[in-house]
Amino acid sequence: MNTVTGSGECPECFDQVELKDVMQNEIVQCSSCGADLEVTSIDPIKLELAPEEEEDWGE
Amino acid sequence: MKVGMIYSRIRAEEKLLLQALKDRGIEVELLDDRKMIFEISSGHRYASRYQDFDVVVERCINHSRALYSLRILNDRGIKTVNSADVAAVCGNKLETTSALAAKDVPTPRTLVAYTPESALEAIEDLGYPAVLKPAVGSWGRLLSRVNDRHAAEAILEHKEILGSYHHSIFYIQEYIDKPMRDIRAFVIGGETVAAIYRTSPHWITNTARGGESTNCPITDEMRDICRKGAEAVDCWCSKSTTRWSTETASSRPALISPTRWPNLF
Repeated sequence: MNTVTGSGECPECFDQVELKDVMQNEIVQCSSCGADLEVTSIDPIKLELAPEEEEDWGE
Repeated sequence: MKVGMIYSRIRAEEKLLLQALKDRGIEVELLDDRKMIFEISSGHRYASRYQDFDVVVERCINHSRALYSLRILNDRGIKTVNSADVAAVCGNKLETTSALAAKDVPTPRTLVAYTPESALEAIEDLGYPAVLKPAVGSWGRLLSRVNDRHAAEAILEHKEILGSYHHSIFYIQEYIDKPMRDIRAFVIGGETVAAIYRTSPHWITNTARGGESTNCPITDEMRDICRKGAEAVDCWCSKSTTRWSTETASSRPALISPTRWPNLF
């Protein structure tokens, strides 16, 4: 359960998103534009837009 | 013990599960379902890929990925939480209601029809308001409260042209009124370990749709209905939504739907 603290660039608004103890593939929200982002890499930190909701998503 | 966890996203729930496993000294391997390859035929490259796991916890967001993953693993003797059979029933409202009713667990009156015409006939028989739901789906999405015949005709027409065959399986349920909240209970091994009120002025109380959760004291009546519900779907670890209808003449609890995902915390 490797985690990292730092910041990454939001691919939607290009603002810096501060991250604390995040894991690879964790979903975070951009504090500037509100976009859902996925931490696709923790070394270095890389953020991408989270996958869009699909029809059979659920629990 | 070696635990695998199939996941789609790492959210607060997955982190809590991982932390709980870590606290118990249990080794966990994370399995991103977007990268997984299953070898169904034996003797080839990936055939023994998951054989080392003592148990695999399923946390897929896609229902279809969950069902196929669990089926392939179970067929190869790998234990999963929950099992493929349980997930198949509990991930589908129609199958869940059928299983609950077959075991006399109190459920809302439910009708199933396959055409807009027969669905309208069923809704009229049930009376208004009625509730239309997709058989597969979560988070309160695409639920319709049908208040009159005009609304029924419009919704059925819209569902027919949505394109997916799922929306032509009409699952029609009695509307159960609720005193501003329903109850979601969590069952492990037949024991109701926790419950929450989900409070909302809206008829849909899902927390994903703004329902607020607060602690709900567990009663003997709740334990009884939840245990029966879990047994009816053969589910070791489940959460169940229950509406105690206290504002109608026929005051009674109605277990609406266990869900596919295990909640281990």
